[in-house]
Amino acid sequence: MQTGWSNETLREIFPAIWDGFIVVLQVTLVAGIIAIVVGLLVAIGERNGPAWLRRPLSLVFQFIRNTPLLVQVLIVWTATSLYINPDWSAFAVGSTVLGLHYASYTSESYRAGIDAIPKGQWEAATALNLPSHRVWGAIVLPQMARRSAAAVGNWIIAMFKEVPTLFIIGVMEMIAEARAFQGQHYTGAVEGYTLAGLLFLAASYPVAVAMRRLENRLAKSNF
Amino acid sequence: MDFQAVIESLPRYGEPLLVTVGVTVASAALALVLAFGLGLMTGSRHLAVRTPARVFVEFFRGSSVVVQLFWFAFAMPVVLGIQFDYLIVAGIIALGFNYGAYSSEVVRGAIAAVPKGQLEAATALNLTPLQKLRLVVLPQAWPEMIPSLCAFAIMLLKASALVSVIGVLDITWLAGLLGKQPGQDRLLHYAVVLVIYFVLAWLIWTGMRALERRAKRGLGIEAKVQKGRLAPAVAAGGVD
Amino acid sequence: MDKSFGDLKVLDELSFRVDPGERVTLIGPSGSGKTTILRLLMTLETVTPKADPEADGGVVWVEGRPYSHMEKKGRLVPANEKWLRQRRSRVGMVFQQFNLFPNMKVLRNVTEAQVHVAGRSKEEAEAKALSLLDLVGLADKTGEYPSRLSGGQQQRVAIARALAMDPDILLLDEVTSALDPELVADVLAVLRDVAATTSITMLCVTHEMGFARDVSDRVMMFDSGRIVEQGPPEAMFSEPQEARTQDFLRAVLAE
Repeated sequence: MQTGWSNETLREIFPAIWDGFIVVLQVTLVAGIIAIVVGLLVAIGERNGPAWLRRPLSLVFQFIRNTPLLVQVLIVWTATSLYINPDWSAFAVGSTVLGLHYASYTSESYRAGIDAIPKGQWEAATALNLPSHRVWGAIVLPQMARRSAAAVGNWIIAMFKEVPTLFIIGVMEMIAEARAFQGQHYTGAVEGYTLAGLLFLAASYPVAVAMRRLENRLAKSNF
Repeated sequence: MDFQAVIESLPRYGEPLLVTVGVTVASAALALVLAFGLGLMTGSRHLAVRTPARVFVEFFRGSSVVVQLFWFAFAMPVVLGIQFDYLIVAGIIALGFNYGAYSSEVVRGAIAAVPKGQLEAATALNLTPLQKLRLVVLPQAWPEMIPSLCAFAIMLLKASALVSVIGVLDITWLAGLLGKQPGQDRLLHYAVVLVIYFVLAWLIWTGMRALERRAKRGLGIEAKVQKGRLAPAVAAGGVD
Repeated sequence: MDKSFGDLKVLDELSFRVDPGERVTLIGPSGSGKTTILRLLMTLETVTPKADPEADGGVVWVEGRPYSHMEKKGRLVPANEKWLRQRRSRVGMVFQQFNLFPNMKVLRNVTEAQVHVAGRSKEEAEAKALSLLDLVGLADKTGEYPSRLSGGQQQRVAIARALAMDPDILLLDEVTSALDPELVADVLAVLRDVAATTSITMLCVTHEMGFARDVSDRVMMFDSGRIVEQGPPEAMFSEPQEARTQDFLRAVLAE
């Protein structure tokens, strides 16, 4: 049984936790792109999609938003590995589920950004008889992007901190690495989890501060 | 798919459901107490009061709740040389601390949003600082906090599923257990659990809306009845 | 009766006194510091500190005793919250934006400080509140939330709320500026009534010149934080001496 902190254990476990941290960053990149893109598509679809699509789309993402990521990861991983294709990697499946989970949040931020665009903008676009893709591409999306940027950024930071959930299906992020190390050496819980927590803090805090600055700057800019 | 086996095993979810609800309620209570304490402290004029609260909040918001859960469950007992008889306690502490830190920003923001004139009127009537807080500031700030606190309560409910991975026997844990047994369909069990969580989230949301309506009535405002939509009411700054 | 009360002094350059029971109106362009004076007297602002308050001034005195400052080891130092709480109980204020507490119904707005600050019983406080609400013509609105009242009604409740604490000095900060024109008369009528039936010292910042003429014993014209001119209302309004005052009055009366 381990007692207390050991610098030696820390030195031994560091490379493993660092590898896990790199995996966390990779997952964040993949899942982040999914969350940013799918969230936008959902927001547009819920507003301007075909009528038969809007309600189901809204319901599905409401369900995703209000149920635990952990269980979603488990159910999708079970489905793919048992029924669809056992060769799909935990990394790919986990990143996709994580990305879709957070798309359910980013879509709400995009939606708020679209709703905040003054009605006069839509009316002016109609008055100019602009085609729909120009209305969105030239008028709505650029204005929405500024309004939603900080909120979406904050969701991505939140997502980054939820990557360890994917250890449950064997993605070798920091928790999984720490557990593997403990399995081999019968020690390292304190050092491993402390290190993992501090790495998260070191990575997310500066980004969060930058995001707050961005938020303040965008709030002040008159546009 | 074998629905029969799943339906027959539904009663077994009773006790784990109590665990899920219990973990959520207990950590929400802890989070609420912390949110008010830290929210008042981080809004304080005095640096000596503000700084420790700020550090606590940034520390818990800045790191991952999953890692914190493992830390409280498996690292803290080693550091302190104690043994948790019930890992559920570690789970409640981790969730309560993390969401308490997040929610404290909601409390601080709502208190800061009470108009300055209200405090000046309270000063003109010679209320003590504590009376100002109790009679004027908090009653006005409270209704403003409810939607964001509701969003955090639902996130907390979802995060409570994580306690299953440190060995607490909640509904997520049971679905995994039953799903592995012969004659059972694991997908269906996870689906059942998802539906249970969704219903619980809906209950929180409905309860909070009723609470918000009541709180707004206490300000003489008829709250607008908005169309039902389980959406995060968390301001962008609240989730980083 | 002890009449030693009412000796007010604000800032170093600015220095004036107000006698007990006197009604003083402060006029002047916005930004001239009128409101700041009231806020200083309500302790919502603090006086710019001086190295030696005794010699340099910068101290507000009420009843011949320091108000913004307190004596400590024979010296005047800026007052702490405890001192201020004790001293400002003599002063009441009515705000431009009413600042009624939206979480309390009308009656409780008027009773709250009576119970929690003045230590009166609930019955006593309610009896006093009801008679004051009757005075301001709102006896039938005691059970309403402020959000359901008009601006003029809210302001009359605010006057009742301030009077309920039995202040010796009442500060009125542009109390009709935020009101729709048709609601101004009711509020001014209440204040005229208060002026006629009590001996409360009143300091009043207003743009209502008719009210200033009728109610005040003295009018002070402010500009850039200084008193340009002061005197009884008849003299001030009919024969202002300073060009600054003449310009101001012409502009205001032309409205």
